[in-house]
Amino acid sequence: MKCEVKIKAEEVNFYYGKKQALKNISLEIYQNQITALIGPSGCGKSTFIRLLNRMNDLIPHTRAEGKIYFEGQNILGDNIDVVHLRRKIGMVFQKPNPFPKTIFENVSYGLEINRVKDKKRIEEMVIDALKKAALWNEVKDRLHDSALTLSGGQQQRLCIARCIAVEPQVILFDEPCASLDPISTRSIEELVLELKKYYTIVIVTHNMQQAARISDFTAFLYLGELIEFGSTEKIFTVPKEKMTEEYLTGRFG
Amino acid sequence: MKNKLIQIAGFALLVISTAITLLFLGAIIYFITINGFKVISWEFLTQVPRRGMTQGGVAPAIIGTFYLTLGSILFSLPLGLACGIYLCEYSPKSYIVNIIRMSINNLAGVPSVVFGLFGLAVFVKFFSFGVSILSGSLTLGIMVLPQIIAASQEALLAVPQSYREASLALGATHWQTIKRIVLPSALPGILTGVILSVGRVAGETAPILFTAATFYTRGYPDSIFSEVMALPYHIYALMTEGTHPEKQTAIAYGCSLILLFLVLLVSSIAIIIRQRQRSGYEV
Repeated sequence: MKCEVKIKAEEVNFYYGKKQALKNISLEIYQNQITALIGPSGCGKSTFIRLLNRMNDLIPHTRAEGKIYFEGQNILGDNIDVVHLRRKIGMVFQKPNPFPKTIFENVSYGLEINRVKDKKRIEEMVIDALKKAALWNEVKDRLHDSALTLSGGQQQRLCIARCIAVEPQVILFDEPCASLDPISTRSIEELVLELKKYYTIVIVTHNMQQAARISDFTAFLYLGELIEFGSTEKIFTVPKEKMTEEYLTGRFG
Repeated sequence: MKNKLIQIAGFALLVISTAITLLFLGAIIYFITINGFKVISWEFLTQVPRRGMTQGGVAPAIIGTFYLTLGSILFSLPLGLACGIYLCEYSPKSYIVNIIRMSINNLAGVPSVVFGLFGLAVFVKFFSFGVSILSGSLTLGIMVLPQIIAASQEALLAVPQSYREASLALGATHWQTIKRIVLPSALPGILTGVILSVGRVAGETAPILFTAATFYTRGYPDSIFSEVMALPYHIYALMTEGTHPEKQTAIAYGCSLILLFLVLLVSSIAIIIRQRQRSGYEV
């Protein structure tokens, strides 16, 4: 399988104050593939994914070292335009976080801040995004109801639609199913698999089965270190590291 | 058994304390209403005072209080809100910002008569605004600034961080996020704070004592440089000056009733808005 590298991390270190959360992480994320980051809580997987769209900038007293290349630029560099970067690398969060606005406005928001003016075009793009997020059939008659009236799973798909609407190249999922029931989880997983056609996907999950079900590549992190990275098939069947095997077989975690 | 008795005694104490508090509130409202109601009439609300304050109405004082309140909020709301936004959303979490926060809190503790003196020195004398609506409004505005800043900050802090993250992750700028997501969510809380400040401004006497208020004007103010009558000061003047104590006392109660009614009305609006906001979050 020959894949094109979309994002390349080189020797990335990250600190919360004095505490080092990521140690020398190097890995590659391939275009139109799903890369899963797994590991026990506190292993740094969320920290790493939040570096890719510079979300950690919001947390005071943090510091990143190393390089992450995206489109030939080091996105950890000081001269990077984070607003521009976040339009290309979207994110879906752990807890569904729709705005307290209508369903339609939640999706159109991203377009309006990107200075799409034409009402007709906004409407088309909103509908398209809702369809891609497999939510259209459930909300087409209530677009102007508050997004907070939706169920948790629907809210998460709305957040995905909101993200898709601004047409990113990469979508980061930070434990998107952590607060959802099994049925909603399944619909999100099916959706993620579908979205792989259009986007490069990175997903953090604490659920090993989920990583096995949907991802093409898996990175196993433990205490801030990348223990093993490779195709999901290999990681789950013939892991190279003893620690990976022990984690996957549930001996710790 | 003994524990149970202590519990009963404890609860009884709490209930009695609450009852006493309510009793005072009830007594104030009852006392003012009984004494003030007699003089309230259409004429009292719409006419100018006549015959050395013993007849006619108090319309100029009502109008004056309205102008002073409006002026002070027009001045302090934009300033306080901007300051709240800066402290909450933009300022780095540093030592200096902590000092700024502490200073603002200390400003809230300055006695209102001191603000009055400050207003006299700065607005009336230094800027030569004279004793006027403008001087009074600015003085009152500075007095409520800390309250408005605190209300803004509180309302902004109550906006879930996840809204900000979601907006920024979509490629919104910091400013777009504040303007389109954070402020609309915080607005009911900010409004509540502002309305409570309105109640406070309307009732204050000391800050306008030297800066805006006058005992008697024949007509209505014609510019922001006019001196005005105001309800709280009018009550004070009626009780301390003049030559017809009995008649003046009745009018003072009438003014108190109007003022009390206005402040309670304004507070009720704030409470209604706050409840709307709470139920809004639950949807």
